[in-house]
Amino acid sequence: MPSQEIERAVDHSRMKVSDTVAIEIRDMNKWYGQFHVLRDINLTVNEGERIVIAGPSGSGKSTLIRCINRLEEHQAGSIIVDGTELSSDLKNVDKVRSEVGMVFQHFNLFPHLTILENCTLAPIWVRKVPRNEAEESAMQYLEKVKIPEQANKYPGQLSGGQQQRVAIARSLCMKPRIMLFDEPTSALDPEMIKEVLDTMIELAEEGMTMLVVTHEMGFAQQVANRVIFMDAGQIVEQNEPTEFFNNPQSDRTKLFLSQIL
Amino acid sequence: MTKLSYVRTEMLPEREPPTSATGVIGWMRQNLFNGWMNSLLTLISLAVIFWLVAGLLPWFWSPTWNAGSLGQCREIIAEAGKQSGACWGVINERWPQMLFGFYPQDLRLRPTLAFFLLFVALIPVLFAMISRRMNWLLLVLVLFAATFFGPGGAVMTVLQIVLGLGLAWLAWTVVATDRADRAAQIKEGVKRLPNPLIFSAAFVFLMPWLLWGGSVWVPVGVALGFVIGWLVFRLLNALIGSLAALILAIVTPVLWWLFLNGLFASAMQAVLPYGLEPVPSRLFGGLLLSVTIGVTAIVISLPMGIMLALGRQSDLLIVKSLSVIFIEFIRGVPLITLLFVASVLLNIFLPPGTNFDIILRVIIMATIFAAAYMAEVVRGGLAALPKGQYEAADALGLDYWKAQRLIIMPQALKISIPGIVSTFIGLFKDTTLVSIIGLLDPIGLSTSIRADTNWNGIVWELYGFVALLFFIFTFSMSRYSMYLERRLRTDHG
Ligand SMILES: Nc1ncnc2c1ncn2[C@@H]1O[C@H](COP(=O)(O)OP(=O)(O)O)[C@@H](O)[C@H]1O
Ligand SMILES: [Mg+2]
Repeated sequence: MPSQEIERAVDHSRMKVSDTVAIEIRDMNKWYGQFHVLRDINLTVNEGERIVIAGPSGSGKSTLIRCINRLEEHQAGSIIVDGTELSSDLKNVDKVRSEVGMVFQHFNLFPHLTILENCTLAPIWVRKVPRNEAEESAMQYLEKVKIPEQANKYPGQLSGGQQQRVAIARSLCMKPRIMLFDEPTSALDPEMIKEVLDTMIELAEEGMTMLVVTHEMGFAQQVANRVIFMDAGQIVEQNEPTEFFNNPQSDRTKLFLSQIL
Repeated sequence: MTKLSYVRTEMLPEREPPTSATGVIGWMRQNLFNGWMNSLLTLISLAVIFWLVAGLLPWFWSPTWNAGSLGQCREIIAEAGKQSGACWGVINERWPQMLFGFYPQDLRLRPTLAFFLLFVALIPVLFAMISRRMNWLLLVLVLFAATFFGPGGAVMTVLQIVLGLGLAWLAWTVVATDRADRAAQIKEGVKRLPNPLIFSAAFVFLMPWLLWGGSVWVPVGVALGFVIGWLVFRLLNALIGSLAALILAIVTPVLWWLFLNGLFASAMQAVLPYGLEPVPSRLFGGLLLSVTIGVTAIVISLPMGIMLALGRQSDLLIVKSLSVIFIEFIRGVPLITLLFVASVLLNIFLPPGTNFDIILRVIIMATIFAAAYMAEVVRGGLAALPKGQYEAADALGLDYWKAQRLIIMPQALKISIPGIVSTFIGLFKDTTLVSIIGLLDPIGLSTSIRADTNWNGIVWELYGFVALLFFIFTFSMSRYSMYLERRLRTDHG
């Protein structure tokens, strides 16, 4: 498995983990029909944490982070995001979703809208921001991900790396407090992976709380403050990155690391 | 360095393609004569076209425009020394009837005006590139033109002058405003004209009034019902929740229309009597009938089909089953059966004395028939959307209706354009089936004209004329759908 080299030094000065709890998951279980996909998940994420979730394919990584903004429903246990418990109450779900941004493996940009419209849609319709304010703010985020000049193009006219950076900008326009990334670089050609990782590093440097499912172990080593290893629907091991990579405890982690590093 | 023997230091300039690939010759070579098989097919096709035209043209070219009967036609043709020829006298004599049926002759300005206003009302829906100013200009132009054919009188003259001035002002501003300069205008505080969709919405109530006439207060009251529904929803949404508010917002206007609108209209009519001479439905006929049924059914069946398609995908079991039952039942029954139900059976079930307009009944049947097909076409579009689009909309916090309106439907409908337009075209052509239940659409009229002793024996001229009328409409719809597909493409530079 390739692991992209991160060339520049990552600035850790503003990456501070606070004491405030951002996400609290307790004894969470989820089934797809008969299939027990997540088993007894317990996870507490503090504000400012940068967590990388790794594990073999099919181990439930996507399902776990998709439960956090309720793209998937859990059947037992509890998930509390920023003090709001996720339940069938739609008001709570909407509240959580407006606080939590998500970036998908396949970008999922809206192809019928321009880049700018992609970015302003949710602020205008969900947050009720006036259009010109939303556009101004969207242009700032597009500058941040370094593609302001593409604002009036359509997603189909951009490269994969550019699309993924737009997807990140689109999430940021909602001013989320937590960002979820589900394999954001897995669908990209190698030369585009770096531009997306750079964007994510900048985000981390500004202190964003991030949960990242990725196979980019270079990113994990330099940016994450915690690495979680999942297998067969369970959290098998979690540790800070240096310990995790240099001194893995469980056999499954060792096997996994030997395969991908 | 390695052994690089050649490095290009300058890039070559672009060159024109060789002439053999461009121009008329190039085009013909590429499209008509590439290979012996293609050349042979081209020649055969040309021969067939020539044979058809050579056979048809003499028939068409027949100086019978002023003939008063089929007999006269035959004489004229014989005098010209020809074997056969078309008898155009029937078209000359009956075309107004083919267009309007038995609609009173002195009132035909009303349906004509309605027809042109229909186009103005459709502009903001159909053509994004026509500016607001242009749209209002066209509206005033149509009204202004109509005043010249109107009944005359002092009021008309005043109206004419007002409209004429409005027209002149709008025409002047259309010339004066450079569309690219909109940004500068905003800075200078040049106001945008009101959205022409206002007129489109008003036209929904204006059209039936123009066609059927009667007190102006009836359509005003009907429109008021929608305002009432909207107000009820706005006031109660916060108080009792959206579902209950929605139900009340539907029930209140229905009660208004059923029980209070009549009172309202007659009370207002007593105070401010204004109306058009009523025209009963049985006088409607010809193209007017087809367009009335077709356009109404088209306009209503699309939103209805969308709701049914969404209902069919719903997680709510009752909504889902009702949608499925409706769609499958209506699709499973021939339209002609539904029309018979409209014309015969409903009369048996309705309490005696109720006067449920026959055209309205037919419109309802045609609409639900088209809506069932539309639902399946739209469902196809919905199924073609990747799941990621729903997820992205959810993740951004858009609720169900906003996600549908802003993300899902624009894409699903775009995918479904060919199917939607096919359904529209099919529906428009199916309006001719009303001739079977005795309504005088162009086909029904043709039958009765052929029964006239003067024209007994005419076939091709009449049906050809009907075909031409329908072709104009259906071909325009088909071309429009192609234009729309091109306009909505977002995947190229
Ligand atoms: N919608 C679904 N229905 C049934 N099974 C699913 C569904 N989504 C995922 N799964 C299964 O759940 C398991 C975990 O999936 P996922 O969370 O996507 O794994 P990962 O992201 O770690 O590769 C896999 O075995 C997958 O086949
Ligand atoms: Mg996954």
